[in-house]
Amino acid sequence: MEISNLSVYYGKRRVLNDVSVSIRSGKVTGIIGPNGAGKSTFMKAVLGLIPMSTGTITLDSGETNPKKWHQTIAYVPQRQSIDLTFPITVFDMVRMGTYPSLGLFKRPGKAEKARTQKWLEAVKLGDLGHRQIAALSGGQLQRAIIARALVQETDRFFLDEPFAGVDVVSEKIIMDLVREMNAQGKTFVIVHHDLSTVKDYFDDVVMLHSDHIVCGEVAHVFTGEQLKHFYGAEINF
Amino acid sequence: MEFFSDIMNYRFLQQALITSILVGIGSGVIGSFVILRGMSLMGDAISHAVLPGVAISFMLGIDYFIGATLCGVFAALCMGFISRKSPIKSDTSIGIILSSFLALGMILITVVQSSTNLYHILFGNILAVTMHDLMLTLIVTLLVIILVSLFYKQLLVSSFDETIAQTYGINTQVIHYFLMVLLTLMTVVSLQTVGVILIVAMLITPAATAYLLTDKMSRMIVLAAVFGVISSVIGLYFSFTYNLASGATIVVSATVMFGIAFLFSKKNQFIFKKEQ
Repeated sequence: MEISNLSVYYGKRRVLNDVSVSIRSGKVTGIIGPNGAGKSTFMKAVLGLIPMSTGTITLDSGETNPKKWHQTIAYVPQRQSIDLTFPITVFDMVRMGTYPSLGLFKRPGKAEKARTQKWLEAVKLGDLGHRQIAALSGGQLQRAIIARALVQETDRFFLDEPFAGVDVVSEKIIMDLVREMNAQGKTFVIVHHDLSTVKDYFDDVVMLHSDHIVCGEVAHVFTGEQLKHFYGAEINF
Repeated sequence: MEFFSDIMNYRFLQQALITSILVGIGSGVIGSFVILRGMSLMGDAISHAVLPGVAISFMLGIDYFIGATLCGVFAALCMGFISRKSPIKSDTSIGIILSSFLALGMILITVVQSSTNLYHILFGNILAVTMHDLMLTLIVTLLVIILVSLFYKQLLVSSFDETIAQTYGINTQVIHYFLMVLLTLMTVVSLQTVGVILIVAMLITPAATAYLLTDKMSRMIVLAAVFGVISSVIGLYFSFTYNLASGATIVVSATVMFGIAFLFSKKNQFIFKKEQ
């Protein structure tokens, strides 16, 4: 996926300025950068959730029509954006991921039910589907909203801070699943804040700070020199 | 009971009963979406905003249904326009539209000196429901039920998580205005039954009662419709028997049910604790 000359404004404030990146298919890519660097904004702009003021995005397939490729990406928003008071069970929330495949009027049926249960089990929530979503722990809820994206069974997954405030067990379950699916050729792009796990988790990394961006394999890009440049301090891993 | 024998005997009472049942169903269904999307105040504003439309319809000699509906949709557009084009918070823009449309409506109604009593428009007079009103209510209620079941998926996702709905390719703006139009239509047909001032209670109170009792959206909608019907029928009984404004008696019945649900709901944990 090639992203060239991307700029995004919030009102008059420029959040991203003329950013160009290429993200390799079939890899696990981390997006890192200091707070307020525009990591989530970058992800949302690529997904078409906020308008780009400039820039073009091209897929490997040559598809440039945003409407078409938006639907080839399953998105996991930050956990805080979920309305926990909504009258919905974990199962029904995860089943929403089947909706894009159903078209305008069709209701989810037996096949969709089975698909939902399969992915709930993959994130180790197979027996908690009946609960209201507020009755899950933070880590369980994170796994549930990841399951909702996995149910879409697309080739690309965008995850925004999936490990923020998540317990160790959940983090391991999620990362094992990401690795397993990546081995089957799925692409993952993950906004991440914990620099200590970057080398373990990612093949490629995008380091982002407003108008400055570098990307490439972790071994080449994630170096002390670059970290100093982006975070303004000596950091070593 | 005199009420029941009168229902058998009087046509106007039969019409009132059927209309109130229909209003109970339709407002319960729409109301469920209104409260989950945090649009209660918006619903209140639209219901007040139809008043000038009623007056203008009388002036022009057209069906009040048309004028009121157009006026309600216009108010929804005004509110959307103000919040999009200025940093004014949405509750403020809603408040301005609500009060200004109501004020304009009161002036116009007084000027027109229509045969329809202002008091009845404001507080409801279900016993004056005509066959024409009944048919309109039937059509709108059926429309609400059919459209909500057809687009249930889209309504559910966009009410729960607007961002995800957008990534699914759903136009959430269209869904918003779609609900606004249904809300306006439902409001207009409830005019006779509960009146402008109290329509919002018909939308939100049965839905809120249902919300307290279930963790499933589809069940909440059905329960809200059931509570809507029960409160309309009880309200009609008291309105008829004691010659009270029907809007008031219906809303009081709905509120009593809400109070009971509030005490016994597992979500509030007053009497029953959540098991988990």
